[in-house]
Amino acid sequence: MANAITIESVSKTYQRDKMSVPVLNNVSLEIPEGEFIALMGPSGSGKTTLLNLIAGIDRPTKGRILVGGTDISTLSETSLAKWRSSKVGFIFQFYNLIPVLTAFENVELPLTLTKLTKAERKRQVELALQVVGLSDRMNHYPKQLSGGQEQRVAIARAIASDPSIIVADEPTGDLDKKSADEIMTLLTRLNKEFHKTIVMVTHDPSAADRATLVRHLEKGDLLG
Amino acid sequence: MKIPFKYILRNFWARRLTTSITLGGVALVVFVFAAVLMMAYGVNKTLASTGSEENVIVTRKSSQGEITSIIDRETANIIYALPGIAKGSDGKPLASGEPVVVINLNKKSGGLSNVTVRAVAPPAFILRPQVKLKEGRMFKFGSRELIVGTSIAQNFEGASVGGTVKFAGDQWTIVGIFDANGGGFESEMWGDAEQLLAAFNRSSYSTITFKLANPDAFDGIQSAFAKEPRLQQFEPKIEKKYFEEQSEMMATFIRILGIFITVIFSAGAIIGAMITMYGAVANRTVEVGTLRALGFRRSSVLIAFLIESLIISFFGGCIGLLLASSLQFVKISTLNFSSFAELAFSFALSPSIIINSLIFALIMGFVGGFLPAIHAARLKIVNALRAS
Ligand SMILES: Nc1ncnc2c1ncn2[C@@H]1O[C@H](COP(=O)(O)OP(=O)(O)OP(=O)(O)O)[C@@H](O)[C@H]1O
Ligand SMILES: [Mg+2]
Repeated sequence: MANAITIESVSKTYQRDKMSVPVLNNVSLEIPEGEFIALMGPSGSGKTTLLNLIAGIDRPTKGRILVGGTDISTLSETSLAKWRSSKVGFIFQFYNLIPVLTAFENVELPLTLTKLTKAERKRQVELALQVVGLSDRMNHYPKQLSGGQEQRVAIARAIASDPSIIVADEPTGDLDKKSADEIMTLLTRLNKEFHKTIVMVTHDPSAADRATLVRHLEKGDLLG
Repeated sequence: MKIPFKYILRNFWARRLTTSITLGGVALVVFVFAAVLMMAYGVNKTLASTGSEENVIVTRKSSQGEITSIIDRETANIIYALPGIAKGSDGKPLASGEPVVVINLNKKSGGLSNVTVRAVAPPAFILRPQVKLKEGRMFKFGSRELIVGTSIAQNFEGASVGGTVKFAGDQWTIVGIFDANGGGFESEMWGDAEQLLAAFNRSSYSTITFKLANPDAFDGIQSAFAKEPRLQQFEPKIEKKYFEEQSEMMATFIRILGIFITVIFSAGAIIGAMITMYGAVANRTVEVGTLRALGFRRSSVLIAFLIESLIISFFGGCIGLLLASSLQFVKISTLNFSSFAELAFSFALSPSIIINSLIFALIMGFVGGFLPAIHAARLKIVNALRAS
């Protein structure tokens, strides 16, 4: 199978107070299409940084990143924004829903960046909310939902525009065991049923167990 | 690639306290700004409605206002003989030679102020049909009686029918009160020109006002003044224009002073708006990071925050204007420094004041919102997302 994501000798250094902090050292990784990969590692090892590079919200200091055949390290900021909106779904630890928008509107948000008509958007949103089992909470605001429900809305938002890859940074990090299991079941389903390539950062071994591939980072190095 | 408008609108409600404080600040500044413009416009409007298009007023060229103008009787007679002056039923020119003086009177609100006394000849009432008796009776020519404008009656002690005013070594009895369509005459006292001249032991008028025989006669009058050597020092002007010009200095002064003050005030409102908007950006840094990650552009973020600031300032401006518009029912009386005499006028609103006030409000919103919006737009996505 073709590679969904190819990371070629990527290094990342952050500039902090005139000091450069190396965060990723010469990381190379290939993620085949349809894979569900879990990135693990101690705090500060560079997991989020690597995820951000794959998702195209940050740029490597060195090396290349190809996603679906596109070298995203060479895209302009505008093209990259456009690329993200159609190719990447984001799931965050703290859900990052927009508090002033309803569940429906939150899920619709990335679709407003597409050419879809209002009616088409509505259908997509309803479908996505149905997949995560929250059709009955469409008009609720985030603060009227439980953490697990908020994360499910966030998942609906991530899949609404039907991206090929989904990045999730500690998606269960703020949830109780039961909600976490539900979220992981959902992600597994997205991977199996909808064939999404998923890159997930997690500290939780039981979450990592659901992945098809687990890799460890330590101090910026990807362990064999 | 626009951030939905409802996102912006609902954030107002989410932050209703800070939003309303900022709104109040902008409203206050716009209120003062509009009030000042309304005051200046009120002065303009009052004096513009004083004079008539059909009358000509003659003054000495070097004079600043009516009280510093002098026209002797000999000159007056030359002027009365000019062609182009309308004639009354008695065949005499419709002209009024008027001594104009200012006297001191006690204001009801306390303190002395200057009041214009205009002494007129009988045709004056044909020249100014807007002057209408409201109370009491007309003064008798040949006696030391006065009629006073409504603003004088309202604002000065003893300026009511039956009252007396002392000046030029004599007692003058007030026998009537008149109004003049809201014009500047309402801030004057009128009496008989010959009585006043006698009392002051003077023989010269201040100004002469006459009615044009027809609207096109003014050109002829002007060239007659240019040709006649004895009229070289005098200048005819359409009465309406003359009083308009008399308002210009005062109105300009009010405008400049007022705008100066409100621009200083506006710094406060701008800083307020800026703090609010920086607060909005700080509170929503993660949101900004999220929106950007989802694919919204920097420019969309910039516009969203700018629009937010502009909307606050626009509504603040509307509230300020609404408050200011209630001033239209307020009439104030104060010293007009072009004539050195009391002038009563109302705050007056005009479409251009409304537009200027709203533009002023939007400028405040733009200036206050610009830096925070730039700051929001320049956030790096990863840093914004880490802000939680
Ligand atoms: N935007 C940034 N600017 C400066 N330094 C950063 C930035 N992002 C990450 N770092 C630094 O890079 C290192 C790795 O951070 P990263 O967030 O990738 O770690 P992580 O593995 O996700 O850790 P955690 O498990 O705590 O989330 C840390 O030392 C962090 O302080
Ligand atoms: Mg992390």
